[in-house]
Amino acid sequence: MYRSHVLVCGGTGCTSSGSHRIVETLKTEIEKNGLKDEIAVVQTGCHGLCALGPIMIVYPGATFYSLVKEEDIPEIVSEHFLKGRIVTRLVYEETVTEEGIKSLSDTDFYKKQNRIALRNCGIINPENIDEYIATDGYEALGRVLTEYTPDQVIQTILDSGLRGRGGGGFPTGLKWKFAKGYDADQKYVCCNADEGDPGAFMDRSVLEGDPHVVLEAMTIAGFAIGASQGYIYVRAEYPIAVKRLQIAINQAREYGLLGKNIFNTGFNFDIDLRLGAGAFVCGEETALMTSIEGNRGEPRPRPPFPAEKGLFGKPTLLNNVETYANIPQIILHGADWFTSMGTEKSKGTKVFALGGKIHNTGLVEIPMGTTLREVVEEIGGGIPNGKRFKAAQTGGPSGGCIPAEHLDIPIDYDNLISIGSMMGSGGLIVMDEDNCMVDIAKFFLDFTVEESCGKCTPCRIGTKRLSEMLDKITKGNATLEDIDKMEELCYYIKENALCGLGQTAPNPVLSTLRYFRDEYIAHVVDKKCPAGVCKALLSYQIDPDKCKGCTLCSRICPNNAINGKVKEAHVIDQSKCLKCGACLEKCRFGAISKK
Amino acid sequence: MDSQKKKVPFAGTKEQESALLKVINEHRDEKGSLMPILQKAQEIYGYLPIEVQTIISNELDIPLEKIYGIVTFYSQFSLNPKGKYKVSVCLGTACYVKGSGDIFTKIQELLGISDGECTPDGKFSIESCRCIGACGLAPVFTVNDDVYGKLTVDDVEGILAKYK
Repeated sequence: MYRSHVLVCGGTGCTSSGSHRIVETLKTEIEKNGLKDEIAVVQTGCHGLCALGPIMIVYPGATFYSLVKEEDIPEIVSEHFLKGRIVTRLVYEETVTEEGIKSLSDTDFYKKQNRIALRNCGIINPENIDEYIATDGYEALGRVLTEYTPDQVIQTILDSGLRGRGGGGFPTGLKWKFAKGYDADQKYVCCNADEGDPGAFMDRSVLEGDPHVVLEAMTIAGFAIGASQGYIYVRAEYPIAVKRLQIAINQAREYGLLGKNIFNTGFNFDIDLRLGAGAFVCGEETALMTSIEGNRGEPRPRPPFPAEKGLFGKPTLLNNVETYANIPQIILHGADWFTSMGTEKSKGTKVFALGGKIHNTGLVEIPMGTTLREVVEEIGGGIPNGKRFKAAQTGGPSGGCIPAEHLDIPIDYDNLISIGSMMGSGGLIVMDEDNCMVDIAKFFLDFTVEESCGKCTPCRIGTKRLSEMLDKITKGNATLEDIDKMEELCYYIKENALCGLGQTAPNPVLSTLRYFRDEYIAHVVDKKCPAGVCKALLSYQIDPDKCKGCTLCSRICPNNAINGKVKEAHVIDQSKCLKCGACLEKCRFGAISKK
Repeated sequence: MDSQKKKVPFAGTKEQESALLKVINEHRDEKGSLMPILQKAQEIYGYLPIEVQTIISNELDIPLEKIYGIVTFYSQFSLNPKGKYKVSVCLGTACYVKGSGDIFTKIQELLGISDGECTPDGKFSIESCRCIGACGLAPVFTVNDDVYGKLTVDDVEGILAKYK
């Protein structure tokens, strides 16, 4: 027995900030102080507050150390672990009050959260199956195999109202029912872990922090639809997730929780990993299966739907990671418990990856129906540097930008669609007044142009033309007629593309046109970029009244575009200016501005 | 685009070939084995030149054009060798809104090569990548397995100098 446990986050965010070195130093220092048998160091999954990583939590007491550096470790070990005095200076400042250290769950970031899919992330050691079992892991599977019929399992999922967390929001129970409905000698259960939306990383966190929950849920699904083989299609860009999944699969096989005759019920189920190779379109269900089969990951028309003819031509069930992460909890606590959370048509919670211009970047899990304002201002801690909120982007390249006027809308699948965006997999990128919405639309279109598989013309050529039109606008060469043409093309692509990627590709353009049309018009008519992003439309100016003639700017200008004598006002030669902004950054008198 | 880049002569060794044949034999009878074989082959050779694709084609009796079609479809597979230090700059949304585009430009400037290329001494190659999931640290780039986050353009030179 240890008297204290130190949990160090080993998610990608904290690992990138050096948490693996923290673990090494901790172990060395603990050994040096003779505490090896008293203090256990555990590497866990993601706690969510990636902005403050590396993160370390000390139990008992749940003291939350943030932004930990290697050089802080000796002090923490000798003060806190040896003498029992918390090093307040290094504790997450939100938890420090005059009365002492308050609980993490009372901080703005955590108090509105309800962690179901993420419940074990940051709590257990993901590389140890016993810790998962100790937190009720595999109990749901045990119950299902011994007490339920497949139809009862499906009914429970149907009753829970769970909808696909990968973006589409299709009722999960219905998918299971369809897959069960087709008879075949072989069926498959697949897990979509090809989380490709830039800015979304909740699936990665579940895989890294709680891999067994996915295995357990897939096995339950296998029992429900009558499948004996599962595949997890995971991004190769997630090396930590791949490693932990493989460890989890090996441990589950060793414990008899995967393989033949699970729980002595005669039920057989096994899971293999398949690695993606960097193609966004493989997140589309038919493309994903084509890729597992060893082909170019191109989508095919539906019907037939995968429930009828999926992987290797057999009935296949495909859900995403976060969807699976909810399943064991629904079985254990019942459908009524799950439906008690959320809105009328969207039950339960949703994990969002907060990113962009926001204080608390990281992962949050909130009940459906929480407003965007609560997420941005309370949980996210608002916009840094006193800047103004401009838009929140949800749904990745398939979604849209939500302006300030809709901040009070309760987040659920249907509300987001009604305002021209979508839930998507849960990326939520906050933008401030310094972000140009035309530039953002162009960014997403460039993404889809690159990721379009090329199979259907509306997507292959249409997105390319859209991107060219946006380019013309950002360079100040477009006319108002171009905007109308662009809008027309958007609807054409939406109606005619083969798969979800193409059908949703115009959304970033349509939503920015809907809410930020004035910005487009400023680019076209006034030839100005109001946010000061589009380089072709910018010009840098020196205010002669503020310029002291220090010559600094003329010396750092990479193209010698700034002239002037010492102690006299300088001038920028617009024909030579590269618009790199180096002068603006370095001027000590605030004399340079961009317009 | 790949065809326009300078061709590096293939220099595969006997050891690499026997490692590849071993991988092929291990996976030969699995369903959908081509992707895992290509991924392992890229681990062995560092890239997938036509010579390596030909070996796989002959061994598995799959037409070379099908293999070439797959290799060129997925961005992870490369027809050209990568540098000793692989620099990837995240151009995912979270990084992009925090200025990773400027960082990418700066790295290209400093190394004198553009996206997908390798320096003549074989030391550095750069590529843009889509979201590595470290959005909390945006903007981010990686050099091999080292991740650098919360960057400004001014940090780039010092970081690259570590590898020179």
